Amino acid sequence: MSYVRPKFRHPELPKNKLGYTIDYYEGTLSTLCAGCGHDSISAAIIQGCYEMNIEPHRLAKLSGIGCSSKTPAYFLSNSHGFNSVHGRMPSVATGANMANRDLIYFGVSGDGDTASIGMGQFVHAIRRNLNMVYIVMNNGCYGLTKGQDSATADAGSKNKTGQVNLFESIDLASLAIELGATYVAQSFSGDKAQLVPLIKAAMKHPGFAFINVISPCVTFNNNVGSTKSYDHVRQHVEATATMDFVPEMQEITTSYGEGSTKQVKMHDGSYISLHKLSEDWDPLDRQSAMNAVLNAKAKNEILTGLLYVDPQTEDLHHLLQTSDKPLNTLTKEELCPGSEALKDINAGLR
Amino acid sequence: MKPTDIKDPEYFHKVVDCQYACPAHTPVPEYIRLIAAGKYTEAYMINWDSNVFPGVLGRTCDRPCEPACRRGRVDEEPVAICRLKRVAADNKDDVKKFMPQGPFTPNGKKVALVGAGPASLTVARDLAPLGYELHLYDEQKKGGGFMRSQIPSFRLPETVLDEEVNYILDLGIHTHFNQYVSSLKELLSKDYDAVFVGSGAPKGRDLDIPGRKEASANFHIGINWLANVAFEHTNKIGKNVIVLGGGNTAMDCCRTARRLGGQNVKVIVRSPFAEMKASPWEKEDAMHEDIPIIDNHVPKSFVIEEGKLKGMMFEKVHAVYDDAGKRKLVPTGEAEVFYPADDVLCAIGQENSFPWIERDLGIEFDKWELPTVDLVTHASTNPKVFFGGDAAWGPKNVITAVAHGHQAAVSINNFCQGIDLNKRLDPMVNLVSAKMGIHEWSYDSEVVSDDRYVVPQADKKLTLSNRKKEVELGFNRLTGFKEAERCLNCDVQTVFTESKCIECDACMDVCPTACITFTENAEEESDLRNMLKMPAKNKTQDIYVSDTLPTKRVMVKDENVCLHCGLCAERCPTSAWDMQKFFYNVTKTHTGCHKN
Ligand SMILES: Cc1cc2nc3c(=O)[nH]c(=O)nc-3n(C[C@H](O)[C@H](O)[C@H](O)COP(=O)(O)OP(=O)(O)OC[C@H]3O[C@@H](n4cnc5c(N)ncnc54)[C@H](O)[C@@H]3O)c2cc1C
Ligand SMILES: Cc1ncc(C[n+]2csc(CCOP(=O)(O)OP(=O)(O)O)c2C)c(N)n1
Ligand code: SF4
Ligand code: SF4
Ligand code: SF4
Ligand SMILES: [Mg+2]
Repeated sequence: MSYVRPKFRHPELPKNKLGYTIDYYEGTLSTLCAGCGHDSISAAIIQGCYEMNIEPHRLAKLSGIGCSSKTPAYFLSNSHGFNSVHGRMPSVATGANMANRDLIYFGVSGDGDTASIGMGQFVHAIRRNLNMVYIVMNNGCYGLTKGQDSATADAGSKNKTGQVNLFESIDLASLAIELGATYVAQSFSGDKAQLVPLIKAAMKHPGFAFINVISPCVTFNNNVGSTKSYDHVRQHVEATATMDFVPEMQEITTSYGEGSTKQVKMHDGSYISLHKLSEDWDPLDRQSAMNAVLNAKAKNEILTGLLYVDPQTEDLHHLLQTSDKPLNTLTKEELCPGSEALKDINAGLR
Repeated sequence: MKPTDIKDPEYFHKVVDCQYACPAHTPVPEYIRLIAAGKYTEAYMINWDSNVFPGVLGRTCDRPCEPACRRGRVDEEPVAICRLKRVAADNKDDVKKFMPQGPFTPNGKKVALVGAGPASLTVARDLAPLGYELHLYDEQKKGGGFMRSQIPSFRLPETVLDEEVNYILDLGIHTHFNQYVSSLKELLSKDYDAVFVGSGAPKGRDLDIPGRKEASANFHIGINWLANVAFEHTNKIGKNVIVLGGGNTAMDCCRTARRLGGQNVKVIVRSPFAEMKASPWEKEDAMHEDIPIIDNHVPKSFVIEEGKLKGMMFEKVHAVYDDAGKRKLVPTGEAEVFYPADDVLCAIGQENSFPWIERDLGIEFDKWELPTVDLVTHASTNPKVFFGGDAAWGPKNVITAVAHGHQAAVSINNFCQGIDLNKRLDPMVNLVSAKMGIHEWSYDSEVVSDDRYVVPQADKKLTLSNRKKEVELGFNRLTGFKEAERCLNCDVQTVFTESKCIECDACMDVCPTACITFTENAEEESDLRNMLKMPAKNKTQDIYVSDTLPTKRVMVKDENVCLHCGLCAERCPTSAWDMQKFFYNVTKTHTGCHKN
């Protein structure tokens, strides 16, 4: 029986600023199929949180239903978590976020969970610019229920039984840009070098940060003819730029050729450093992001990397002018300000 | 880097750290698994084939395997490999029926073996089944060499030694005990086809300081004294005893002295405690028997009053190291200190000595009076004469003597059969998948977290009052099982097949000890080692590099802290990783193929 993770770790694991080694961010051993792309994304999340010195108890994992939505069990065992109903993660996230604005909200969903049953919730979370990370582990099928085509399966893509999908796919990234999401990225589970900085920057982004990650389902959608297989994705990826996430006050040490570098400063002084930018693309310009995605699609390519970011955005709390403190920290005096305050309110309504 | 050649058996052999470190390359994990399965007889026979004295070594081995054990790199302490061997020896059934059965058809060749220690006995065991007529000479009355004359019975009961020596003598060896070989020339003039010299390093070093002569009656060379105790010529010692020296001989001397009437026994050693030659467990055992170890004291003189030994004077020193790390013992300048003694046991070193080998026999000796011996073939410069054990390159230990014996036997056989001495026997190797089904492997792949179990000891009152009472009780079967489960099964190898890999990263993500990385290749190994998920800093451990994968990357696995947990193979969707049981066994003359 080998399905037990040993207690031992590499004896020289480095510690992050909080004094934790990376295993402090692990979850339980995955029960997904061997080779599932989702597991790689979990590993990238673990890596990102470790590198960002996240205190696990300052983070809440939220998910719906699906193989993808199961993954919060496989990372950050020391964090909060809520595994909601199918497609309903955004409303749970909204509630939690409204009650306690101080946590990092980390939503994980699938293409079925988001683009089919959860579509209504997804679009409104974007519209509201809810401050959260929203990752879709996109495998073009309903993995958990045995691989039916999902709404992100490309037209013409073949599934495992040889059936060709007749319907146009929903492109979640362009939809998010279209709806005004303030951080939109796309990546591939097999490219941690790209995915980890995207996750790190997403956690820093003060609004809705969406990452659509192509994540092959080895069991039901990794066949020849599928546009979400490891082979197909590897042959068709194209990146907007190489990206680094640079935390506050850290010097840039790598030097790149002139003219191909751009830095996007985040609200807290950290920045996204982009190199080898593709032509006619500006990460701060929605229109160019939209064009880039569409152009890639026309060329049968999958565009990955950061697509669009508005680093100065303001989130739902700001728009609604809610309490600037988490509700659970409000004192009795703050909650019941007394009859004088009530009088003032009533007067204001007259 | 070029892809690793896993077809070379030495690659995977090296991954089995314990077996690789064992001079005789005993298939350690194989016997440990057999112990866990309760197959003690089989476990014993695996040992017997490799190290000839499992019962002896399970109690006394110097255990070079344990510092090498992989578990020691991830856990506090290595697996108790040595004491598990004893579990096999203690619990086995009849083993004799699995040993070569004589009488053997004579092959017409005659070989003389000088000294009946582990080296000669191993040569005898390996050659007897081939029909050699073997003549074993020793000045002592029984076989075993230093295992009998030096290793005290409270560490190694005579019954255990007798049993294992007799397995060999019963193969039809002609013994000539109580017979000192005083001339090799004479021996060579008899009709022997070859001579093996396994006479050990029998000369204890003396101490030339003032008062030594006058102290003679109460001054004893450690190894001579231990032999006298073993053969019952000596049965008592004074109340106050000083033991000089910091090696294992000193530890055996002081503990034996405690059993012969020594009440106030001290070990006094020149070097700092941490740098003493004795194994840590030997020091612990001595201190447990109320023997203080006084370090940084250099003996200066014997104090004699009215012609009688009263004690010794010591100079206090401290260790100073130069830039090259070389140690110098520098006097502290304090006044010399006196320690009382009725008897002094001197265990400050041991040397080779060949007064019985004439220097005109074509055997070359160097300036230290050591014979010139070929490191691989054990041949001396006289083609008929071979050396092994302590006699070859100075004092080592039993397992090294055994390893020498195997190789010398190969050479003697080659020599007698007219085969080139450099034609060595290839190891016996096997590599077969351990997969049995889903989540099922033919070994206990689960890595237990248990700390090393402590071997229980008999009551001190009992052991100190009876020189022959064995101190260690050994593991019982249950503890033996639990300790055996600590073994990481390093012989179950991770085998990678590039053509099956779809580069999903699952193995890299799941590996608990970050062994696996998919990366660009590098020209230099040192560069590639630094490009891994965790830099491969332990250069004594290999990295396993695959051929180029479709994404132009390579798979690199650092063997250093792999737990052999099988999770990589478990999580691989395509079986590009497989756990495969590797068996490697040094071929002995009697197990090799001799039919044409
Ligand atoms: C006190 C002490 C404790 C030790 N404890 C351990 C231990 O716990 N574990 C361990 O692994 N090793 C131990 N050793 C070392 C170990 O005993 C030796 O390394 C090992 O026995 C060497 O084996 P050998 O076959 O080379 O020769 P030996 O065992 O030394 O045997 C040589 C034999 O040859 C005989 N001989 C020599 N010259 C002649 C001659 N001319 N004619 C006839 N006979 C001759 C000697 O009497 C002796 O019996 C210990 C050594 C000492 C001194
Ligand atoms: C309300 C509801 N409807 C249907 C289901 C059945 N169901 C479970 S998972 C799933 C699809 C999941 O697909 P996706 O989100 O893409 O996750 P994947 O398994 O592919 O990662 C469906 C339809 C359900 N659990 N609940
Ligand atoms: S069914 Fe597909 S998505 Fe679900 S765990 Fe298996 S490989 Fe992953
Ligand atoms: S067996 Fe595989 S998963 Fe386990 S430690 Fe070794 S390389 Fe890592
Ligand atoms: S799990 Fe298997 S297929 Fe996936 S990268 Fe590792 S070896 Fe390759
Ligand atoms: Mg899906």
